[in-house]
Amino acid sequence: MGYTITEKILLKHTKLKSIHPGEFIDAKVDLCLGNDITAPIAIEEFERLGAKKVFDKKKVVLVPDHFAPAKDMASANQCKRLATFSKQYEIKHYFEVGKMGVEHALLPEIGLVLPGELIIGADSHTCTYGALGAFSTGVGSTDLAAAMVTGEVWLKVPESMKFIFHGKLGKWVGGKDLILHTIGDIGVDGARYRAMEFCGEVIEKLPMEDRLTMCNMAIEAGGKNGIIAPDKITADYIRSIKNKAKPGIGKVYASDKDAKYHSVREYDCRKIEPLVACPSLPSNVKPVRALKDVTIDQVVIGSCTNGRISDLRIAAKILKGKKVKHGVRLIVIPATQKIYMDAVNEGLARIFIDAGGVFSTPTCGPCLGGHMGILAAGERAISTTNRNFVGRMGDPTSEVYLSNPAVAAASAVKGRIAHPEEVR
Amino acid sequence: MAYRGKAHRFGDDINTDEIIPARYLNTTNKEDLAKHCMEDADKNFAKNVKAGDVIVAGKNFGCGSSREHAPISIKAAGVSCVIADSFARIFFRNCINIGLPIIESKEASEKIGPGDTLEVDTVAGKVRNITKKETYKIEKYPPFMQKIIKMGGLINSLRRG
Repeated sequence: MGYTITEKILLKHTKLKSIHPGEFIDAKVDLCLGNDITAPIAIEEFERLGAKKVFDKKKVVLVPDHFAPAKDMASANQCKRLATFSKQYEIKHYFEVGKMGVEHALLPEIGLVLPGELIIGADSHTCTYGALGAFSTGVGSTDLAAAMVTGEVWLKVPESMKFIFHGKLGKWVGGKDLILHTIGDIGVDGARYRAMEFCGEVIEKLPMEDRLTMCNMAIEAGGKNGIIAPDKITADYIRSIKNKAKPGIGKVYASDKDAKYHSVREYDCRKIEPLVACPSLPSNVKPVRALKDVTIDQVVIGSCTNGRISDLRIAAKILKGKKVKHGVRLIVIPATQKIYMDAVNEGLARIFIDAGGVFSTPTCGPCLGGHMGILAAGERAISTTNRNFVGRMGDPTSEVYLSNPAVAAASAVKGRIAHPEEVR
Repeated sequence: MAYRGKAHRFGDDINTDEIIPARYLNTTNKEDLAKHCMEDADKNFAKNVKAGDVIVAGKNFGCGSSREHAPISIKAAGVSCVIADSFARIFFRNCINIGLPIIESKEASEKIGPGDTLEVDTVAGKVRNITKKETYKIEKYPPFMQKIIKMGGLINSLRRG
């Protein structure tokens, strides 16, 4: 019996000769990651363990991005703990404000993630890097502490689900719509404990940034990891980065023809239109055209899900020469400093500001109700982020609708949920 | 281990944003986190919960963010264990790693009502519902996890291991 790509990568990171779903393994990690919310607890556990050093100074990554630039004194202290720890243990990949970006946009952008690697992060959206053909999954702070010391993590080998995307993408449909469609189909626990493998002719043509968006939200279906087999798009993406510390394009794995899957689902992408996940679960998915009566108070374009340059380009295309509806707040947050600079150089920042939006420094900020756009009681937002749980962006009585950047931008102009065609 | 307490009922897909909202994640202090435990699912929970009480929920408990503050706040609030039809995976491993007992049982999740008095015995593998005079059998953890639990969590198991 053959292996899936997920099983192959996991096996390569153990001393075992074979591997099967359901088995518990101790696996070597190529990278472990924490942020200003999760790393402070990991640091406390690291110290409780009495460790004197990290297993590899180049394989620990600390990014203060959630409440940074520090939103209050308590958050400043948490960020400071990352800085102090990084200095004390000579962590190579610590990113101070000015260099930091939203972690899951930052790491692929600077070439810290390669195909075939095994990455854990104390952040649930660590599953993003599966887009590059790596096994990558979210864990807790204690896991991060243990990995920083031992270089290993315990894992249960997941069963794999295969999702085949046929046909062709419609206009204004992107990776966000494909993953919302998938979550809407299988539910928020439809892939619980399992690997989600995305393939098919649509995926083979899908740009890397859309692939990152798809794998990013695997967790929203309960998935352990999302993964896409590396191909020319992957190789071209990695070659364009030129990280001298990590030359090459990594190890390319693909699922065997006789690999065993928990289930296989096939979608005809010609039938998928721009979608919105309504409150209060990412699986509560409806087509945009069914929601045109829903008025909004705020629009957020950003996050590890849709804060990349291609997302900002799409939003700017809609907003060019238009104005944000009076009484609506538009908050655009490029996910990294490079994206920020590119957006300035390409004239996108001007388009957002001319439209009446704000253009902010990188941060996770409002996505998790941290800062930079918290919702008041009863307010409603449409956002390119990943979660719309009760109270996610602020007051427990506020509401969040999730969409792609084109729909979010069109909605900012109309002051209600709108299809991009209504604005163009 | 055996625990006794009253059941606090919750539904499906209780996520970590409801268990401990991000507005309280600028601290790692266990007592401060306990004060806001389950706040966006039941704002009176932290006030009403008593040491030994049990959270009983539907499917996919603990979905969403990886924040370990969620099980930490539950444990620090005095909750002895969490029973659910199913758990989200990061929450599940966080509980194992910090030593918060969790029990996956469809039967217990369906039959236990709010306020029922429960006796949970993880060694004997059963939950007794004193109020309803029922007993639910529970599965034992796989040996790999039992080892971590027995050692008192992942960090302790590494210290002794």
